Amino acid sequence: MNQTLEKSIFEYSQPGRGAFAQHPPVADGAAVLDTLPPALRRRTPPRLPEVSELDAVRHFTRLSQLNFSIDTNFYPLGSCTMKYNPKACNQYAMLPEFLARHPLAPDTQGQGFLSCMFELQEMLKEVTGMKAVSLNPMAGAHGEFAGVAMIRAYHRARGDLARNEIIVPEAAHGTNPATATMCGCVVKEIPVDAQGDVDLEALAKAVGPNTAGIMLTNPSTLGVFERKIEAVAKLVHGAGGLLYYDGANLNAILGKVRPGDMGFDVIHMNLHKTFSTPHGGGGPGAGAVGVSARLEPFLPVPVVGREGEGYRWLSEADRPQSIGRLSAFMGNAGVLLRAYVYMRMLGREGMSRVGEHATLNANYLMARLRTAGFDLAYPTRRASHEFIITMKRQARELNVTAMDVAKRLLDYGFHAPTTYFPLLVPECLLIEPTETESRETLDAFVESMVAILGEAQTDAARLKGAPYTMPVRRLDDVRAAKQLELTWKPVNSAA
Amino acid sequence: MPFIPHTAADVQHMLHTIGADSIDALFDEIPESLRIQGLEGIPPGLSEMEIGRLMSERASLDGRPLSFLGAGAYEHHIPSAVWAITTRGEFYSAYTPYQAEASQGTLQLIHEYQTMITSLTGMEVSNASLYDGGSAVAEAALMAVRAHRRSRSLRLLIPSTVNPSYRRVVQSTAGNQGVRFETVPYLRESGCIDPVALEGYAGEDITALVIQQPNFFGQLEDVDRLTDWAHAQGMLVIAVVNPTSLAVLKPPGEWGAKGADICVGEGQPLGVPLSSGGPYFGFMTTRMEYVRSMPGRIVGRTVDLEGRPGYTLTLQAREQHIRRGKATSNICTNQGLLMTAATIYMTLVGPTGLARVAERCTAQTAALVAALAQVKGVRVAFAGSRFHEAVVLLERPVADVLRRLESQGILGGVDLAADYPELGPALLVCATETKTTADLQRFVDSLRRVLEAA
Repeated sequence: MNQTLEKSIFEYSQPGRGAFAQHPPVADGAAVLDTLPPALRRRTPPRLPEVSELDAVRHFTRLSQLNFSIDTNFYPLGSCTMKYNPKACNQYAMLPEFLARHPLAPDTQGQGFLSCMFELQEMLKEVTGMKAVSLNPMAGAHGEFAGVAMIRAYHRARGDLARNEIIVPEAAHGTNPATATMCGCVVKEIPVDAQGDVDLEALAKAVGPNTAGIMLTNPSTLGVFERKIEAVAKLVHGAGGLLYYDGANLNAILGKVRPGDMGFDVIHMNLHKTFSTPHGGGGPGAGAVGVSARLEPFLPVPVVGREGEGYRWLSEADRPQSIGRLSAFMGNAGVLLRAYVYMRMLGREGMSRVGEHATLNANYLMARLRTAGFDLAYPTRRASHEFIITMKRQARELNVTAMDVAKRLLDYGFHAPTTYFPLLVPECLLIEPTETESRETLDAFVESMVAILGEAQTDAARLKGAPYTMPVRRLDDVRAAKQLELTWKPVNSAA
Repeated sequence: MPFIPHTAADVQHMLHTIGADSIDALFDEIPESLRIQGLEGIPPGLSEMEIGRLMSERASLDGRPLSFLGAGAYEHHIPSAVWAITTRGEFYSAYTPYQAEASQGTLQLIHEYQTMITSLTGMEVSNASLYDGGSAVAEAALMAVRAHRRSRSLRLLIPSTVNPSYRRVVQSTAGNQGVRFETVPYLRESGCIDPVALEGYAGEDITALVIQQPNFFGQLEDVDRLTDWAHAQGMLVIAVVNPTSLAVLKPPGEWGAKGADICVGEGQPLGVPLSSGGPYFGFMTTRMEYVRSMPGRIVGRTVDLEGRPGYTLTLQAREQHIRRGKATSNICTNQGLLMTAATIYMTLVGPTGLARVAERCTAQTAALVAALAQVKGVRVAFAGSRFHEAVVLLERPVADVLRRLESQGILGGVDLAADYPELGPALLVCATETKTTADLQRFVDSLRRVLEAA
């Protein structure tokens, strides 16, 4: 990793400089702008950098070198499934015809693209056990929105207007309650028991005539499989509610068990997790949704249909009960193509091996860290594709926190696990190795964790001050929020 | 086993360490009744060579027609460096920059993006992207409801000159929270918001007015007057803009006496390929006073332990992972990689290059419209100024004309029949800087032949 800070692109800027090969020729009718009313014209140019092409290439390449990434580092970020993003997926999604295709081009000018989308829908149905799929939502939270909106639409269509409560376990992703609110629902949180399973008694008390549904992740965010899932489904369905499956942890069970078979009515899949499309430093994702037969009429449009040998978009006219459109066009098409390439490369055998080896790696890492002296949050349970260690004891005895361990790991060349999520486990590190990591990498991670534990016992201050080898030391988040510097300003005018 | 490194010996060693007999034993907490034995519906796996051939065949089916389609997605030249750098693994395969010390590249780039897009839109603060233009308008509507200090009506005005697709997304997204949208008609002469119809809302409690500039028809609205009117009525103003146009058109921050309050739009024109509709990115900027009502991630500049400058995600108390059910939005994953591409694009074209792109788009569209107006059976729908799109009226059903053009390798525009039936046979055409004079001539000649043949 490059450790040299890179100055702002604006500090390279010089009036009159530019990447002139990127300027289109002067238009013949450029004077046409003079006919625009002066009141509608821009008076001063925007402050964009004026740099040469090489300046730009060097600057952004250097910036990239200030990042950890899957391509450069082990990235065991729990709940995020940071597996290898195969290069072929990117290359074949970026074929010139795919890139050039306008979203409003007729179906006749997109049979290749549409056939990929149709087959992707079919494959996602198969791996999830759902009856129908829409590829529209552009991220996990967007898929959640579609799912809860469909649950509401389903109840409304039946005249069951009182059902506006969404139940979520306390360990749920923050997006679950936020989504329920965005859909105009009321959130009811229920506890989990000491073994990490949903508290059935609490659930039985929570359900009733106002229950719209429950949102569950299985395996849960605690890194364990929800063993009482059939009882949960029975309780919620019995009360007239529907079951929503948050697909964040689908990687753990790929090819082993399917949400549709567990009784879920609606599911979103994070294609950027399970199906290995890139995280891109924050996106784009793709949050395809799958539903049981009774929710199919409500799927967001468009979806791809097959007629004879051809494919076409089905829209509002074909699906009058649809919850509607969630994007201007059809969602993150290019991401969906990457997922399609990935699934075709894996095939049926490869797909089952994903769940198996993701689980093998997690259980191996868990066993080794436990032997090395770390405390597990759920020591009697199998790991799913991830598991939680808690630094509660070290925090009390040595005054080092989970965050200190996370920051020190960066110095050892490993991205930190997820910290302080789920909130109900104190001082937790949620660790997800994924199936694409080798035993040697996992062993090296364990060695680093052991070394850090040693430092915690002999020189806790070393951890408190970490990291030391990154481009910056720990940052002042309080100052960032108090003295808001949200755009670059020349040094002499900075506060 | 594609992408899985384990040898048989690795698996045995690892199972031994775990104390399990088989991989299958690791799944023994899953009820037996739920387990499946395979995925027969998935085809067998393909090697990279095989998938390469398959995808090339599929791509060739899509063809490469000469396209005059716009309506929210625009064909522009994309410098080679944009995607060469954007797809570097360090950007492509990184996660959201929660571990700031190991993500300074992404964080600084977002901060540079925020600087560029706020300047382009004339606003003070920006987030790090939303899903796309449509969802950005929906988020802006919800934000306006939160940010408005007095309005309790949950009513917004969305003129029919706003992209119909955006209006549908806004309805499906914000409608669930009880927000209501009322449509304001346009004038048949100008294709712009009808000021008399708008005046009918004077004195009512309305949260915000949405103004798209250039509007869906490509026409330029009188944004100063509309903004001042809305502010005088106590409404917030949500600007929906095309970023390319802002190189030459007045930025929303300067509309009227006070400027727009929230500015959103589709970022695709800034270096993002058309790609059948996504991934694109939505941008959102606003005034500092509303920053805490803004959804999405925001990057701030700060200092580290040694006082050196550094970047970090800030104001996270607005977001779902902290605030849960009370967050400003449920958005988590955004469109970071597309924002990355746009930042590199804006850097490469710079202020003069972007203005040159905008000028050439305007000029090519003006030339196209002038030539089409000479074709018998074609009329220009609206008078007044426009950017790089225009509506032309035909005397025959547009769908049939478009099919005939398609058979000649031309996508002649977007049929407005479904969304604007009152216009009769109407076609929305767009010419950007990528169209040469010869391209325009080919379109005009083909259209003339199609119309004469009827």
